[in-house]
Amino acid sequence: MSASPRSRSWTIWLPLALFLAFIALVAIGLFRPADRNVASTLIERPLPEFVLPGSLPGTPGLRSAELKDGRPRLLNIFASWCIPCRVEAPQLAELKRSGAIVEGISVRDRPEAVQAFLAEHGNPFTRIGADNAGSVQLALGSSGVPETYVIDGRGRIRYQHIGEIRPEHVAMLLGKLEAAR
Amino acid sequence: MTAELGLAALWLAAALALLQLMAGALALTARGSALGGIVRPVAVVQGLLALIAFVALICLFAVTDLSVKLVALNSHSMKPLVFKIAGAWGNHEGSMLLWVTVMGLAGGIVALVERRLPERTMLATLAGQAFVSLGFYAFLLIASNPFERLDPAPLEGNGLNPLLQDLGLAFHPPTLYLGYVGLSIAFSFAIGALVTREVGPAFARAMRPWVLGAWIFLTLGITAGSYWAYYELGWGGWWFWDPVENASLMPWLAATALLHSAGVLAARNALRAWTVMLGVVAFSMSMVGTFLVRSGILTSVHAFAVDPERGSFILALLAINIGGALTLFGLRASTVTEGERFAVVSREGALVINNVLLCAILGIVLFGTLYPLVAEAMGAKVSVGPPYFNPMGALFFVPMLLVLAVGPLLRWRRDSVERFGKRLLIPALVTGFAAVAALVVGGIALLPFLGLVLGLGLAVASVLPLRDRNLRRTPLPIWGMVLAHFGVAVALLGMASESAWSVERLVALRAGESTSVGPWRVRLADVEPVAGPNWTALEGKLEVRYGGGAEQVLRPQARSFWTPPQQTSESALLTRWNGQLYAVLGEQASGDRWQVRLWWKPFVTLIWLGGILIALGGVLAVIGHVASDLRRIVARGKIAYRRERQGR
Repeated sequence: MSASPRSRSWTIWLPLALFLAFIALVAIGLFRPADRNVASTLIERPLPEFVLPGSLPGTPGLRSAELKDGRPRLLNIFASWCIPCRVEAPQLAELKRSGAIVEGISVRDRPEAVQAFLAEHGNPFTRIGADNAGSVQLALGSSGVPETYVIDGRGRIRYQHIGEIRPEHVAMLLGKLEAAR
Repeated sequence: MTAELGLAALWLAAALALLQLMAGALALTARGSALGGIVRPVAVVQGLLALIAFVALICLFAVTDLSVKLVALNSHSMKPLVFKIAGAWGNHEGSMLLWVTVMGLAGGIVALVERRLPERTMLATLAGQAFVSLGFYAFLLIASNPFERLDPAPLEGNGLNPLLQDLGLAFHPPTLYLGYVGLSIAFSFAIGALVTREVGPAFARAMRPWVLGAWIFLTLGITAGSYWAYYELGWGGWWFWDPVENASLMPWLAATALLHSAGVLAARNALRAWTVMLGVVAFSMSMVGTFLVRSGILTSVHAFAVDPERGSFILALLAINIGGALTLFGLRASTVTEGERFAVVSREGALVINNVLLCAILGIVLFGTLYPLVAEAMGAKVSVGPPYFNPMGALFFVPMLLVLAVGPLLRWRRDSVERFGKRLLIPALVTGFAAVAALVVGGIALLPFLGLVLGLGLAVASVLPLRDRNLRRTPLPIWGMVLAHFGVAVALLGMASESAWSVERLVALRAGESTSVGPWRVRLADVEPVAGPNWTALEGKLEVRYGGGAEQVLRPQARSFWTPPQQTSESALLTRWNGQLYAVLGEQASGDRWQVRLWWKPFVTLIWLGGILIALGGVLAVIGHVASDLRRIVARGKIAYRRERQGR
């Protein structure tokens, strides 16, 4: 209580400085949502059971049981608010053109936002499930968006690709799909 | 129709908040002083309009109007009515509407009843309150409109998270919100006082009932939340240092410090700048907590994830409100004189130490909560848990307990060690005796040992302030203080006992087989399917006996909800005066065996009993302060009345 006026004038601004550091920190955390990669321990295991409603009004949802029809496929976890998801859109379209079946799960999203996203970047997905609470995403062992899983015909996870699919990954993913056949 | 009414009320309330801000700010200038008269009425109407919007939302949920998007997403026609209503605030938009409603109503009440402060300070306070409200109105109307329609309307709603279909939890978030938002009044008072440089006892007295009220709700909210986590999650623990729990603990710590420093300011006109600072910090912690929870930036078992658009909006609000307040503080604090001086050994001295220690604990919790983000920014991944929080917290909590035992026995201004040393003889003896007894019993880890020993000492020391008093004439706030401090001791004893003497048993039992845990014999009689309104479950029937006592039955369940599909475990609890037996039914193990998890937790209920006592202490203090304020107002009124009659 007996600090000199000079040291007091310095300490008075300390709370603001700490607060600005806090803002900077959370701003970094907020705008890098894709950086929380935790490798899935579910590789070579069956998909967890889930039933998701359709992401867009009037579209079919996505259930894990439907992914065991004998055909290998990609399961892409994305969100309209995720910048890297936009980056990977052309690669997903190319994968689809090459014959891959692409299923989608939109995470923590709103139908109109998803619609706008697909209108702008194209829709490579056969079905899109809405994972509004991120619970299926967590059950899949995924910690961020985008992530892409290679699922074999028996519904087992064969490969997990973390982060956006860049052009150089396309051939690799097609290879993984072929190997999962 | 109801939805449009609600939305219209919300827009009007926002417009009035803008008017309240402009009029309040202009009235502070020389030219605009004529505008001052409208600020109070506008604040009252703004609060009522927010209330209308909130009631409209509750009506929409009560009748399950599925053409409203929020209802369709979060409710279901098959849900019991009470959970339909609770569904109104069990989601992001609704809870934000509850937030602005409580804020508007609190501001309205302040505008209506607070007459002690200089009018200019009140205008600045109400303008500040309107400024904060306005940000949240904008957030609601732009980024989270709760009344948005859905066309075409779906035939059935999406349900409510089954974990939230629990009475305790339905009323847990509103309790915490009352606490968080109550602190916004303290924040606004601090802004008002900084703007007009009127920091003194009147400011502290005006602020104190609000801080106390908010603090009571926070205490109850945290206590209830801890009990909820304890029985609902089925993990047997009562505090997990989860970011969401920390988000409620941090404002509580700041409010506790504020409460004590406001007491010093009201009684002794000291700690002026510090009290104003804490007024800003307490509400800032509420907003930071809400941001951390709502933005989904920290991974948590509670995971109310929201997309970054909303996260950025709340972050911007935070930056403007808190950054603005701290800048104002920086500019003005040097002109706020520190007030009366006091010796180190004095009531004030003890309260300063208490404040510093509380803030240190607050810093530790905040740092631990944010550290995963810091680490991530540097490219590492960590999670911070009890191994950090428990010892670091204890490092400051233990000295705080000592100050807590000593402080209330000290005199204001100056005291001597010899004088109060004698009064501490009894608690010191109790502490010493407990320490020897605990060492003889043995096998207790350091932290529970300290908890038991200091808890007993504190329990005795906390009632000592009553010793030399005439109990009939002791003011209610003193009773409140004694009760709250005694509650701290009770809660501490519960925590220490739970940690020192809990017994856990995980067994795979066939129907008909028995096991034991602590003094209990437990027999798994049967496992059978049962059904509820929107779930099915496997229910275990456990026949339990304490010692040679009578047989009682516990029925833990493994539940499956179908809207939306989710599994939960409903633990079963049996409470005795000396502890709780806690049973969880797990998965079916090999063949016909069932996993059964059992805990015997001696005196664990003291944790929450202590929390309730602390809150009750606050209630006594509020009643005491408000009653004496009322008496003063009535007395002043009588004097004025008499003068008027004599004048005639």
